[in-house]
Amino acid sequence: MKINSPLEAYKYLPQTNCGECGEPTCMAFASKLIDRSGKTENCPPLIKEKKYAKKLAELDRLLAPEIRQVTIGVGEKAANIGGDDVLYRHKLTFFNKTKMFFDVSDNMEEAALIERVNKIADFKKFYVGRNLLLDGVAIKAASNDPAKFAAAVKKVAEIGLPMIFCSFNPAVLKAGLEVAKDKNPLLYAANKDNWKEVGELALEYKVPVVVSAFNDLDALKSLAKTFAEAGIKDIVLDPGTYPSGKGLKDTFTNFLKIRRAGIMGDTEIAYPIMALPLTAWMAGIADPVSASYWETVMASVFTIRYGDIMILHSMEPYSTLPEVHLAETIYTDPRTPVSVDGGMYKVGAPDKDSPVFFTTNFALTYYTVESDISANGIVCWLLAVDTDGIGVEAAVAGGQLTSAKVKDAFEKAGFDLKTDTNHNTLIIPGLSARLQGDLEDTLGANVKVGPMDSGRIPGWIEKNWPPKQ
Amino acid sequence: MAKKMKLSDITNMFAGMDVEALEGVTIEGDIEIDLGGLGGGFDPMLAAALGQESAVLAQHFARIAGMFGYPVGFGAQAAAPAVSPALAAPKLKDIISAKFDVANIAEWTTQIQEVPIGNTSADGGSRGKQVMLGGEKALPFFFDAPMPNRNQVTIDVFDMRIGLAKAVKENYDEVMDSPGEWAKKNVEKFNADMITIHLISTDPLIKDTSPKDAAKTVEEVLQAVDVPIAIGGSGNPQKDPEVLAKAAEVAEGERCLLASASLNLDYAAIAEAALKYDHDVLSWTQLDMNAQKELNRKLMKQCNVPRDRIIMDPTTAALGYGLDYAYTNMERIRLAALMGDDELTFPMSSGTTNAWGARESWMVSSPLGQDSDWGPREYRGPIWEIVTGLSLALAGNDLFMMMHPTSVAVLKQITQTLFGSIEAEPVDIANWIGAEV
Ligand code: SF4
Repeated sequence: MKINSPLEAYKYLPQTNCGECGEPTCMAFASKLIDRSGKTENCPPLIKEKKYAKKLAELDRLLAPEIRQVTIGVGEKAANIGGDDVLYRHKLTFFNKTKMFFDVSDNMEEAALIERVNKIADFKKFYVGRNLLLDGVAIKAASNDPAKFAAAVKKVAEIGLPMIFCSFNPAVLKAGLEVAKDKNPLLYAANKDNWKEVGELALEYKVPVVVSAFNDLDALKSLAKTFAEAGIKDIVLDPGTYPSGKGLKDTFTNFLKIRRAGIMGDTEIAYPIMALPLTAWMAGIADPVSASYWETVMASVFTIRYGDIMILHSMEPYSTLPEVHLAETIYTDPRTPVSVDGGMYKVGAPDKDSPVFFTTNFALTYYTVESDISANGIVCWLLAVDTDGIGVEAAVAGGQLTSAKVKDAFEKAGFDLKTDTNHNTLIIPGLSARLQGDLEDTLGANVKVGPMDSGRIPGWIEKNWPPKQ
Repeated sequence: MAKKMKLSDITNMFAGMDVEALEGVTIEGDIEIDLGGLGGGFDPMLAAALGQESAVLAQHFARIAGMFGYPVGFGAQAAAPAVSPALAAPKLKDIISAKFDVANIAEWTTQIQEVPIGNTSADGGSRGKQVMLGGEKALPFFFDAPMPNRNQVTIDVFDMRIGLAKAVKENYDEVMDSPGEWAKKNVEKFNADMITIHLISTDPLIKDTSPKDAAKTVEEVLQAVDVPIAIGGSGNPQKDPEVLAKAAEVAEGERCLLASASLNLDYAAIAEAALKYDHDVLSWTQLDMNAQKELNRKLMKQCNVPRDRIIMDPTTAALGYGLDYAYTNMERIRLAALMGDDELTFPMSSGTTNAWGARESWMVSSPLGQDSDWGPREYRGPIWEIVTGLSLALAGNDLFMMMHPTSVAVLKQITQTLFGSIEAEPVDIANWIGAEV
């Protein structure tokens, strides 16, 4: 973005405060443009009225993210990458989580191919109110045979995930494009040998394309510039991903340099970057668990430092789980609140016999506990104690969670264990076990120590509820 | 030299060779091309003239031919047929050369304080080596300025048998009743740079071990290993200051790291013990940069702790359980320090072991039915600890308090690779598409 204050964006708005955008004033709308929670298309007058056309174009130019956003695939599952404006997430937020594509080969047996692609499509990891997913399939033309490649593409395309076509052979890429014309795959890749033909394909089929130059940023930038001048807009950069030693360090440096240059305004290289952690499997690591670990380690490095899309191999849960969690970690908007409001929450429709739990108001803790309880059909009362948004264990250690705080939370919520329940019992998190005695005295209630992890609440309830008096 | 050849000739030429790529490609008609010389690139005008597919094919043949030593090349001069301008893409004619350049960050003006842990005989201690933390002039592993000191790993020892995740416990079961043996194993078998002895049994709600008895455990560990050590309390804010003070006394002159001073306990008592008995102080706050500044300020101004004795622990939350806050908190602290905030220019330490609190690291399977299979937990735990630690290494963390030997080994491997001290056979990745995995 070339501007950073609402006032600068305001200049280009109609300034009528008509309210059609849903904001009370144009200035309020301008703030949303600057924090990127609103888009110019949400201001109808600006879009519709001819007299604003010039201003709209200029405003769109000023608001365009520094790093170009590129879309791969079509429809609901399309993967957006790039679109960033900052080098550090706390400066705004990162946009478009790093996309994880997993490899298949065109020489795989059909059944194995379909099974693997379905596994990619079906992956799901629940995390505070949403599912973390895998993003797409990278089809490697290991056969280098256009017909074989096209056949594999056809099968993969049916499952509907975004695709990357991997081959340096233009004839192979073309064969793939012919059978997936409307699927908007990403072409991998144009390099110093094939760039003309691959560039032609990107233009002819209007698809995004990777430019590739291993460990040579001049060559990479030259390719990107050449393509941009030829009218190719959707470019992704592959500076090469070396899996070990100095090669990996160089790769890390290349990623840093490219992204820094892009954010600082070098538009000729301001494109999303592709990492290839699957090269871990070429590093001569004999044991597959170790190779898989190393791949996840590489994926982690490039999730944090500016990889926008990556091709991975290991589908073991011990790879995919940390990978999707880290992408979520780094791309979560740091502007969202750390905490939920303190108070008494109902899970289901609890009555006087329902159990009463408490946890802290740290959003992650609260949502984890809440989903563990509700997903297992337990109806209960759940008190969120205001610990300044700190988790249970840390809050006990740091003094933000004490028996006085819990008592205070009950009082503020207007909930009295003696009159609002028949059991006068509180179940406390296992990690706050040391508060048990104190709480019994402070609340004058029975206090039971629940499990250390809320995932075990269902089993605990089965054994311990209703309480034996 | 120049001779005319037909595509069909080329096809025939390779018919006897095992060139899989040619299968399934049909060539319609014979197209004459001029093999006019050896050099020469591929020409888009020619491509347009021949039609995309055969041109691509022709080029492909040329490459294979080159590979087998045939003198092949293409020239546009002989390809005279009328070129349809719609097909040609004149803009993709030549590479437009560009030079890549990027500046270093001018605002990074301030170096992080170097803080040593452990005294050798030269400094009046009995440690075999000293560990040096800090000294950075840029974010970790950045090209702006080389990192002077590598990351260090200290492996946890507890002063009593405690509940641990199965994958962790397997490694320590036989030494858990002897802190000395435990420490030895960490150093000898698991390559620990340091040891952290956690005096958790001193908690009044656990065993209420007296400071004096706890100090004996510290002596035992100091005898058992000669690496520098960190000494941790139980986390009880009333008791920790006296426990750490007593431990500091018996470890006089060894320059241990006292863990931790925090705002909710008598940090002055811990600072005093550190100064009196020659130790460093771990300044611990909870995901709050301003609190971190406040505590550091108090340690420096109010307690007179010199700058080269302060290490910060801004709190580590596990992957999936607040790592986003922990990561950004550290990154902001380090960036502020590099830009000159001298209340934050200290090395950082991470309780990476916290990763084992994440259910993904130890639970047999997901408590939520809709999740995909979580797979074997014995492999999930170590990588959870690795990714938690590695993320913070990239944010600026220097010292890692860890538990699983595999996690220690892998974290060391990657941080030292990025640091630049790992040599490896160069790997040719050019053919990654065709490589067997
Ligand atoms: S719709 Fe446009 S003109 Fe109307 S208030 Fe919103 S920003 Fe202003």
